[in-house]
Amino acid sequence: MPHKIEDIEVRLLLEAIHLRYHYDFRGYSIASIKRRLRQAKDRFGCGSISILQDRVLRDPAMFAQLLGFLTVQVSEVFRDPAYFEAIRRKVVPHLRTYPSLKVWVAGCSDGEELYSFAILFREEGLEQKTMFYATDINPEALRRARAGVYPLDRIRQFTENHRKSGGKSSLSDYYTAAYGGARFDESLRERTVFSDHSLVSDEVFAEVHLISCRNVLIYFDRELQNRAIGLFRDALVRNGFLGLGSKETLRFSDNSNAFADFVREQRIYQRRGDQ
Amino acid sequence: MRTQPTEAVVIGGSAGSLEALGEIVSSLPAGFDLPVLVVIHVPPDRDSIIPELIGGRTSLAVREARDTEPILPGAIYFAPPDYHLLVESDRSLSLDYDLPHMFSRPSIDLLFESAADVFGSSLAGVVLSGANADGAAGLRAIAAEGGVALVQAPETAGSREMPEAAMAACEGAIVSPPVGIAKQLWRLQSNVG
Repeated sequence: MPHKIEDIEVRLLLEAIHLRYHYDFRGYSIASIKRRLRQAKDRFGCGSISILQDRVLRDPAMFAQLLGFLTVQVSEVFRDPAYFEAIRRKVVPHLRTYPSLKVWVAGCSDGEELYSFAILFREEGLEQKTMFYATDINPEALRRARAGVYPLDRIRQFTENHRKSGGKSSLSDYYTAAYGGARFDESLRERTVFSDHSLVSDEVFAEVHLISCRNVLIYFDRELQNRAIGLFRDALVRNGFLGLGSKETLRFSDNSNAFADFVREQRIYQRRGDQ
Repeated sequence: MRTQPTEAVVIGGSAGSLEALGEIVSSLPAGFDLPVLVVIHVPPDRDSIIPELIGGRTSLAVREARDTEPILPGAIYFAPPDYHLLVESDRSLSLDYDLPHMFSRPSIDLLFESAADVFGSSLAGVVLSGANADGAAGLRAIAAEGGVALVQAPETAGSREMPEAAMAACEGAIVSPPVGIAKQLWRLQSNVG
């Protein structure tokens, strides 16, 4: 069957982005990427994806904006409270046994997940012995994560999530309201390294005890999911923990035998000690 | 003029649609085995019991769609709560956590548009009862690709807005009560070959 013109354009644009800017979206789920490219095309007033490609190739600032479309990720502080509750009740007791800890929030986007962990670890008295890595491929998202400022209208949901997750303090202890936004306390990110890292093309950078990577893998095709999960396997200490999104699973992965279910319904896995 | 036999069915609905969907699946004759992908608007924060509810009314395999899973005949796949369901070009399923569309995640339009992209004229789309306009643009996309567009007759729907929006967006759509929709789907499958 002949390819549709738009499908050809999408493939060519992803190839062009890879050659020109070294970002590799070629192994992403095409259905999601195509939709985002259509949105970008309309937003930038381009008549076709080929025209978008022409502009993106010649204008790095345009590419930076397009990157925002391609990597858009939606999260909340303490999103899926039951996940954080399981981390608190089931994972934290294991983490207490280590003299020092490293935690990797992979695909941290605007930082909501990072602040959730920083607060949870402070509440549990683990913060002082922990180093956090928050990584993403979008420099603009990393900048926002570092700033830690969120619109005030999102705070009610954050607060509700935090309470449901078994929070031991008041979320308002951790932010100050300013200029229509809530700014999370700087001390929460004192022990965090924000860094550009790609699950598609980069390698393991540290040995860690806990990885949280939620609603990132669903945007990858199966091969890329395998690569990312391989990185997680190699980065985790034996008996370390991996948390995925509520609809993500290791079941179809080549590396599934390196992990055991730890809290099955919350998609928390434990790296096997014997593999 | 349609050139391809129907290879898949997508169904979308919201308020009042479960009843219609139950009627459709229980009216499909044994031997119906086109894959069916379904988006029903559900609240985001709990596990959906829809697959269980519908599973009792059909001998087809009914389950929640899983990311990267291939689309197989004889199965009904439901979008999980709080995720969009999309179709990949290799005819596998893909979940997506992008922003809600028309206040809905999962969104009917997103499923319909991505399925129309992949299946082209070999797709049938069905819009059921509901109280907003999600699904209208998606059904139009299916018809534009040469696929079959079906809409639940508004007078049989618990909420008329969604079928009426789909009829307005897609003038050639076949409008029918649920039992008639089941007959149409069966006819589409028997035309194969």
